[in-house]
Amino acid sequence: MIQTFAFYMFAIIVIASAVMVITARNPVHSVLWLILAFFNAAGLMVLVGAEFIAMLLVIVYVGAVAVLFLFVVMMLDIDVAAMRAGFIKNFPLGIVVALVLLAELVLGIGAYNVGAIELGTPAAADAPAMAESNTAAIGALLYTRYIFLFEAAGIVLLVAMIGAIVLTHRPSKSKRGQQDIGKQVRRRPDEATVMKQPEVGKGIEL
Amino acid sequence: MTEFFQSLGMSYEWAWGVATLAGILLIALPLMLAVAMIIYVDRKVWAAINLRRGPNVVGPFGLLQSFADGLKVFLQETVIPSAANKGIFILAPIVTFTVALAAWAVIPFSAEAVLADINVGLLYILAISSLSVYGIIMAGWASNSKYPFFSAMRASAQMISYEVSIGFILVCVVLFAGTFNLNDIVRAQEGFGLGFINAYVVHPLLFPMWVLFFISSLAETQRVPFDLTEAESELVAGYQTEYSSMSFALFWLGEYANILLMCMLNAILFFGGWLPPIDWEPLYMVPGIVWILLKTFFFFFMFSWVMATVPRYRYDQLMRLGWKVFLPISLLFVVVISGYLMATGHFGAAA
Repeated sequence: MIQTFAFYMFAIIVIASAVMVITARNPVHSVLWLILAFFNAAGLMVLVGAEFIAMLLVIVYVGAVAVLFLFVVMMLDIDVAAMRAGFIKNFPLGIVVALVLLAELVLGIGAYNVGAIELGTPAAADAPAMAESNTAAIGALLYTRYIFLFEAAGIVLLVAMIGAIVLTHRPSKSKRGQQDIGKQVRRRPDEATVMKQPEVGKGIEL
Repeated sequence: MTEFFQSLGMSYEWAWGVATLAGILLIALPLMLAVAMIIYVDRKVWAAINLRRGPNVVGPFGLLQSFADGLKVFLQETVIPSAANKGIFILAPIVTFTVALAAWAVIPFSAEAVLADINVGLLYILAISSLSVYGIIMAGWASNSKYPFFSAMRASAQMISYEVSIGFILVCVVLFAGTFNLNDIVRAQEGFGLGFINAYVVHPLLFPMWVLFFISSLAETQRVPFDLTEAESELVAGYQTEYSSMSFALFWLGEYANILLMCMLNAILFFGGWLPPIDWEPLYMVPGIVWILLKTFFFFFMFSWVMATVPRYRYDQLMRLGWKVFLPISLLFVVVISGYLMATGHFGAAA
């Protein structure tokens, strides 16, 4: 009963907040609703026993990706009226995208109803027995059977990261604004200050 | 506790619900009391180091100062700026406070006294602490004022930066313990150092990690010297500038609950949690909760000590420390420690 209750609570909040993402007028509110949806999706994953994935979802998506996302949206100066004006122009394109998504949904549900598709995943009965915790189980699979895919994904991410750095990095030509931290730390009071006792009515030369 | 309520004749669901609720109250209420007292301790330590008296008027030795302050903010008027985004403005302190309390669910006060003894306890803490930035961002943005917004920007960059190195430091501890469960991490430390010291910190590879973790926890909780989010000299009071009354108090309580949580994590991950410091039979007579609270109090004293003695960092220094010093060192130690564990055959001993 507790699980059923928790499932319906998480599921309703996920769907409701997903609807709010697209209906909220303020883009910042949209992002906050999206974060709520992520968080409750993590709750659903805990319910099916995938606690490791649930925690990763919160750490990576809610804790890092959505924060940056929220920031970009907060800094943007979004004019809602201008967006409304573009609505009519982009309407046909939107219809096309919606139709494609609808077709995919129909195909997917149809294929599911026909049943018995060979997806390469073991059937429930053949699935390997879960180890004591699913952290250990995921690790055991990821570092043995799927090691090549895992490392390939790592390389792809590394390349993307270096690409982003190369695109945004601009080496400064002038020396201004460059700091030598070692020099700053080494500095002592006696080399930074001088004691002078100027006479009355006279300035000092530094 | 569920069994106890079931023995009173409740059905399993009701017994579970009542037991969980009782557990939450048993953690949250003493925690709030502890926060009130720890604020007093903070001010006293700070005052003693500055050769001042600190709070000494309300109650004996000023012990009731925090309660007087609490009563004061409770009676004040809640002011909501007219230009603020009202819903999010009200939600922000609630989020901060709730998230600060939620993390305590997995903290083992002793071998049995833990609300949720889950396998991914440490990941849960990491997940919850990454959520705590939202309260600050929401407060900064919803205030619709420039200083809170600057503060929110600083806070999010700071917390994301230091979470990366905290993550790697936690990986080092997990490599030694072989589990994410906080209770099992504590158990793995039994007799770890030379066969009689119950602490990870004595290991030469883990001691530098603890130093990094302590500094990162100062940064993560925005304590001095990393309190750039509420740098009075630049940002008025940071993200809480526009807040008053109870909404301000919720930020305050949440902040100190987070500080206590970080002190407790220092104790659990590196200093043996609820185990006595030395693996000696008579010391086990003292209940585990006494040991963990003593250790937590010691770390809180260190937090206050740092607060009273160290000047504030510049923001570029803060970012440099996080990304150019802590991140490479902690990454290197993950590699070195896993290599060491493989070489000495300790690996997966506890798993």
